[in-house]
Amino acid sequence: MAKSSGSLRQYALTRLALVIPMVLILLTLVFILMRVAPGDPIQAALGAKLSPAQLAEKRHAAGFDKPMLVQYVEYLRQVVTFNFGRAITDNQPITTILRVNGAATLELTVSALIVALAIGVPIGLRAGRLRDGAFDGFGRLFGIVTYAAPVFFVGLLFQLVFSKWLDWLPNSGQLNPIDQAELPTHTNLTVIDAIWDHNGAAFTDSLKHLAMPAITLGLLLSGVVIRLIRTNIIQTLKGDYVEAARARGVPERKVVMRHAFRNALVPVVTVMGLQVALLLSGAVLTEETFNWPGIGNRLVSYLSNRDYVAVQGIITVFALAVVVISLLIDFVNAAIDPRVRY
Amino acid sequence: MTAASVTEPGGGSILEPAPEASARQGPVKRLWEQVKAAQGFSKWLLWIGAAITVVFVVLAVFAPLIAPFGFDQYTSGGVRFPKQAHPSASHWFGTNVRSVDVLSVVIYGSRTAIEVVVLAVLFSLLVGVPLGLISGYYGGWLDRILVLVMDALFAFPYLLLAIVIAFLLQNSVGSGVLTAAIAITVIYVPQYFRVVRGSVLSAREEPYVEAARALGARPRTIMGRYLFFNVIQSVPVIATLNAADAILTLAGLGFLGFGIQPTQAAEWGYELQRGVADMGAGIWWTSIFPGGAIVLLVTGLTLVGEGLNDVLNPVLRKRSGRAVVLPKRARRDDDERRETPNAEETA
Repeated sequence: MAKSSGSLRQYALTRLALVIPMVLILLTLVFILMRVAPGDPIQAALGAKLSPAQLAEKRHAAGFDKPMLVQYVEYLRQVVTFNFGRAITDNQPITTILRVNGAATLELTVSALIVALAIGVPIGLRAGRLRDGAFDGFGRLFGIVTYAAPVFFVGLLFQLVFSKWLDWLPNSGQLNPIDQAELPTHTNLTVIDAIWDHNGAAFTDSLKHLAMPAITLGLLLSGVVIRLIRTNIIQTLKGDYVEAARARGVPERKVVMRHAFRNALVPVVTVMGLQVALLLSGAVLTEETFNWPGIGNRLVSYLSNRDYVAVQGIITVFALAVVVISLLIDFVNAAIDPRVRY
Repeated sequence: MTAASVTEPGGGSILEPAPEASARQGPVKRLWEQVKAAQGFSKWLLWIGAAITVVFVVLAVFAPLIAPFGFDQYTSGGVRFPKQAHPSASHWFGTNVRSVDVLSVVIYGSRTAIEVVVLAVLFSLLVGVPLGLISGYYGGWLDRILVLVMDALFAFPYLLLAIVIAFLLQNSVGSGVLTAAIAITVIYVPQYFRVVRGSVLSAREEPYVEAARALGARPRTIMGRYLFFNVIQSVPVIATLNAADAILTLAGLGFLGFGIQPTQAAEWGYELQRGVADMGAGIWWTSIFPGGAIVLLVTGLTLVGEGLNDVLNPVLRKRSGRAVVLPKRARRDDDERRETPNAEETA
């Protein structure tokens, strides 16, 4: 027992050490990407609005006239201190954007994950258990179609049906303006803030706003969940221990839930971790469709305004988020499955 | 998964010492044989998917003949088309906010989609496969750096990567088919790299590679002749699935406004972006038709990919778990059929 916990610690340390080159490479990639663009950031964002002298002054103030290597070191320092300066176009501190809009993105992605699991796990379980039956065929088709339909198209269809035709749900935004103005921001997560404040009206309103975006993004992910659960259930149901459980007369339901499903979960956790990229990409599109004030929404508008400083800050945080999440997933995995620790 | 990677190179290894000409013909022919032998659900997946894909390819190739109007044509005989007109006899799918015929946009859109996807898959194969071969074969520090870079690219939210690349290329290359294709290529290179490198790692220790090395074959020959055909077996599946994914990425780029501009070519994602405002007003035809086209084509390609995977992957190949005798014999027959001609070739 003592030995196994020791190797878990060792695993965690090795894994942490591996993060450093990964982060460095990602940061370097981001830096190079943002600097290969012709012209410097100030010129791109404000070139048309200011005189050459003003531009030079701004450029000097932001440090864009220094040598590349100095700028690179400066950039790394920004990342370490988590201070990315202010956006060129609207002069907002990047950290504020990340906190406020990041919270909206977090709210969207977490609820989408919940939707995806709620839809995907039961369908995947049943499809895997009744392999090659009619339900399995349905599950596969469902998975393919939810994957094949672009999130923004599904979002548009929802808007047409539930907001234009049925008029059940608001078609965009995170809250109606009145609640928005009244609700204090404790966490920037509107649902949590509404509970915190015992504001029932704002709570239902925020849930109504959240419903369509969360289901849209959740459907995209549910295809992945179904496929994963299905394949892994099929694999684990072939195991000797399942056969043994059946031979002992364990009821089929218990065999599936306790023996097969639990063991099928380990690879599911890993692969779901890899879906962070899909989740975040889907979030950008969902936010754009529903005008959800998330970080992807801001990124697209800063890109359109050629605000390199804001774009660089946001992209960097996305990169860091991916690394941190995959790290956490690996830790969780190592904790559940001793084989991962080698 | 592990079972697949073990069986595949092992099964294919007998093929490789064959003369180059037959080796080049071999995989394609073998692929076709396996596709023909598909049964049950996989067969349906494959054929329905192929049918959908073929329809879109025909639309793409013959777009000027099939489409009633040009992709950016808003007048005919000096008369401007109505704006956002309901579907009618003269415009089957209606017209959009730019007074362009939606049916024509959908048909020309398939041309754009297929152009971009073919280019993107080709580029990523051309970059990813050689890099994977070299990285896996030589190993060392080059391998380590490439793996790190590719992992970083792979972990990054792919759409953001494509957006940033497309955005940067807009200034230098313009915002046409080529820009979109390059932006999409960057996303898929890591996948080919990973798969090919993985197969090379297990294949390079095989006796036939060692034998070639002992005979004094240069690394280029070993990689080009011996490893290449052995490690590309999983590529058809990935390429098809990537093609499906690339259509979605292209549409996503267009939807966010970083894709192909409407003056350059018709693009479904861009149409959907314009459709957001229309949907609020209840004008559904400007989005439903381009969106439906995306769903159909992606479904078609995914079905082909899934079907191919079922057929080519020995682990997934259909086998009933309960009836023991029949399937096992069928599989053995299959293996023998595959092995005999090769044995003759080598002899």
